[in-house]
Amino acid sequence: MPSRTGSHSPTGIGKSLPERGLLLLMVLVLLEGSVIPLGAASSPDTSHQKNVDSHKAEGEKNHTKKAFPVLDLDYHHIQTPFEISLWVLLASVMKLGFHMIPRLPGIVPESCLLITVGLLVGGLIKLAGEKVPPVLDSQLFFLCLLPPIILDAGYFLPIRPFMENLGTILMFAVVGTLWNAFFIGGLLYAVCQIQPANPNELHQLEILPCLLFGSIISAVDPVAVLAVFEEIHINELLHILVFGESLLNDAVTVVLYHLFEEYSAAGTVTVLDGFLGIISFLVVSLGGILVGAIYGILAAFTSRFTSHTRVIEPLFVFVYSYMAYLSAEMFHLSGIMALIACGAVMRPYVEANISHKSHTTIKYFLKMWSSVSETLIFIFLGVATVDGPHHWNWTFVTVTVILCLVSRVIGVVGLTCVINKFRIVKLTTKDQFIVAYGGMRGAIAFSLGFLLKKEEFPMREMFLTAIITVIFFTVFVQGMTIKPLVELLAVKKKQEAKRSINEEIHTQFLDHLLTGIEDICGHYGHHHWKDKLNRFNKKYVKKCLIAGERSKEPQLIAFYHKMEMKQAIDLVESGGGVNLPSAVPSTVSMQNIQPKKPPPAKLVEKALPKMTKGREEEIRQILRSNLQKTRQRLRSYNRHTLVADPYEDGFSELLIKKQKMIALEKKIKDMNYYLTVPAAPPDSPTMCRARLASDPQSYSSKPAMDRVPTIQVDLASPQSPDSVNLMDEFRRVDQQEEDQGLTMKAPSGQSGPNRPGEADRGREQQKLTRCLSDPGPSADEEEEEEPFLP
Amino acid sequence: MGALQSLPGKPEYVDLAETTGFSFEQIGILHNRFKQLSHNEETLLRDHFNKIPDLACNPIRLQIIEAFFDRRNFRQNGEGTVGEIGFKEFLMVMSHFKPPSLHMTQEQRESIRRDKLRFLFNMHDADNDGTITLEEYRHVVEELLSFSEALEKDTAKSIADAAMLEVASISMGHMEPDEFYEGITFEHFLKLLNGFEIESKMNIRFLNMDTTTLCK
Repeated sequence: MPSRTGSHSPTGIGKSLPERGLLLLMVLVLLEGSVIPLGAASSPDTSHQKNVDSHKAEGEKNHTKKAFPVLDLDYHHIQTPFEISLWVLLASVMKLGFHMIPRLPGIVPESCLLITVGLLVGGLIKLAGEKVPPVLDSQLFFLCLLPPIILDAGYFLPIRPFMENLGTILMFAVVGTLWNAFFIGGLLYAVCQIQPANPNELHQLEILPCLLFGSIISAVDPVAVLAVFEEIHINELLHILVFGESLLNDAVTVVLYHLFEEYSAAGTVTVLDGFLGIISFLVVSLGGILVGAIYGILAAFTSRFTSHTRVIEPLFVFVYSYMAYLSAEMFHLSGIMALIACGAVMRPYVEANISHKSHTTIKYFLKMWSSVSETLIFIFLGVATVDGPHHWNWTFVTVTVILCLVSRVIGVVGLTCVINKFRIVKLTTKDQFIVAYGGMRGAIAFSLGFLLKKEEFPMREMFLTAIITVIFFTVFVQGMTIKPLVELLAVKKKQEAKRSINEEIHTQFLDHLLTGIEDICGHYGHHHWKDKLNRFNKKYVKKCLIAGERSKEPQLIAFYHKMEMKQAIDLVESGGGVNLPSAVPSTVSMQNIQPKKPPPAKLVEKALPKMTKGREEEIRQILRSNLQKTRQRLRSYNRHTLVADPYEDGFSELLIKKQKMIALEKKIKDMNYYLTVPAAPPDSPTMCRARLASDPQSYSSKPAMDRVPTIQVDLASPQSPDSVNLMDEFRRVDQQEEDQGLTMKAPSGQSGPNRPGEADRGREQQKLTRCLSDPGPSADEEEEEEPFLP
Repeated sequence: MGALQSLPGKPEYVDLAETTGFSFEQIGILHNRFKQLSHNEETLLRDHFNKIPDLACNPIRLQIIEAFFDRRNFRQNGEGTVGEIGFKEFLMVMSHFKPPSLHMTQEQRESIRRDKLRFLFNMHDADNDGTITLEEYRHVVEELLSFSEALEKDTAKSIADAAMLEVASISMGHMEPDEFYEGITFEHFLKLLNGFEIESKMNIRFLNMDTTTLCK
């Protein structure tokens, strides 16, 4: 293997050194990937066979002793996994590389770049004279590459907007796809037949293969849509419309594909076949959903019992989902719909049952796999393009491209006219344009085309060429221009997701209000049934599928706890020393909203009565034990257990301690929490994928392990204005009416005003008070040396 | 569909249609419902509302019912509550839930937003002093959680407190420690729910409702 020479660049290049090194690495991986395996594996099967023979022959006359081979090259032994790993590595390094190039990711969507890379790699392989591995053949694509992406989409599907727009989505998915398929297929056939003078090959094309082609090319592709739409941050409604359509049209595509493929040989389709087709569509879609739902419920039920083996929790989610997909595919049902149904059904229950770490694991793994899958798919598209076999026919290809566009536009406009009659929030022209323009084709179309057998479809190559051209057109042209168009048309962008407690309260309030009004009107509408479903869910289903006490937790309280936890983790992870971007700097604190009780606030000059030493010690103990857990790395690695997670097992302990303290203290005031999650600035899709909601955005280097974390830095004086105090267990000792917070110092006396908002004392960021208000920076500077945890 | 009266030409409907923006058909349907609820009397009482069975499992039903008897929702700048309402007032309250039409200017959309948010505000602000105090907000949260079995009063309180704190931070920005945040005024309320897109959410379909056959 060529050694990595990346780090040998002269030092004069200075700060671009790592980047140069990375680029060099990429090139080397490319070359390596294309040359080495092909060189060594020129005819793998036959040479392997030869080897076996020669071994056998050798074995017989083995009496001639040869030197013991100290170093041996045995490529065949590891060939397949090696090649797979190499491809994955290539894909990942490419992803890294793109973000090194300064302005490119803003202009060109990632999918385009990846296809280009695929073209390059394919070209290299072809130049080397070797056979391109058939990477987009059906097995690999449909069984390995597609499921992670779909599962990721299904698990994180925003259920609320999806359900609210379900009618619209179904219309677009079913009726729209049917319209596209028949329009394209029919007109193509007509065009093929009208070439009057020169009888050319197009005349051979029958109506049924045309319709089959139409059905392959008409389906909007979820992978392509995801890849492009993630970068343009469009508003939720449009995103869910196009994306939902791309997911749900799978059933239609499956049925049409099989129908036309079956009957192309026969040559005719009767009315009975059409009727069976409709029945088949219902079976495929509903069956797929049913299979998915069953597996989803099984997964939810299993997760109820995993409290003692937290480590394998994510595995259940993945395996059950994959089995749902495979089971659906086994019956030729719609695997995509099964996967979506499984993910969407299991999610609320599984998330209530599993630990926080498992939740993060699931999130990260899904994002990782789907990201790699998507990259690989686009690269393979490029490679397969170079591979061919191609058969270019100007008429066919150009007519196909034009027809795709035209039929999409007509379909969307026509359907919207009908749909708008039933929608409360109508779709405007701008919306329609984006929906039409966002209908991208992708690798699924290509794979379906690839699956066609050459004997039955002599025009297969022409089909493939046309499909690839359409894919390239949509991905490159539409993908690159949709972003400037969105800007130009001033389409509403995604609201920065700031899930505040107020919005949650009002969402629930509005739900109940609208249900009530519907009941008063006597109208059994949307809200009424949703409410009934919710009540059924709460009463029966949750009890079965969620373990323990959480089954009874109302949604608002669950939301509240989730936000608490999130804030707490953000706070501790960021080390307390980093600015979490704040939404609104403000000096408002709890005391400002609590109604004043006589006597009025004179917090400053009043001397705090000292806490008893024992009390303080107890508090220190609790804090020490809990905080140290979070700082601790996994020092001893045991495959079967993890270090006890303070945030789920500890959280309930915290609650118990909280109760104890209430009982202990005579006068306790409630802890108040400030709960707006700071909004994240929108950034590129890989960043979006890589950084999940719970990650802190700026990540300071963690302090050295031996440095004991001081409470004051971490919690008592968090730098961020918006942070919340985590620990329930230190109740504010009620010395005064105002928030004082525990001053965690040695009982050497109160250092003076804990006046919140005295930011001029040094730390700029501490403008905001928190509930556990800081002891004030300056007076405590020297005392902070004394670590809280001795 | 024989229950519908012949609508065009009914003079009082014309008047109502103009003020509320409903169509004749919708007014007819709602009138039928009104008659059904009030057992063919002229006015609706609170009791009539209490008798609607589906409403019984709604956690905020009391507030919803009160909203119907609240003069502030009658669009006549009145205040206080009444004991009974006629069809006109019923329709006025219902008109808050009309969806916005397709072609509207920005100001029209804005005014509809204010209108709907005003309705919500009035529901929260029970004592009609123009602000939602902490107590009132706590009451809202408690009502929302009232039907769940595990009612932890403390949690409800802290949720309300947190929400209030958030409103205060958003609206007031900087506050001295001595200052006291009186409550959520209507302007603050608007600011709070700015991104909520209430004009798209707070809507009921008033068509396709032949209600007399459906329910009791």
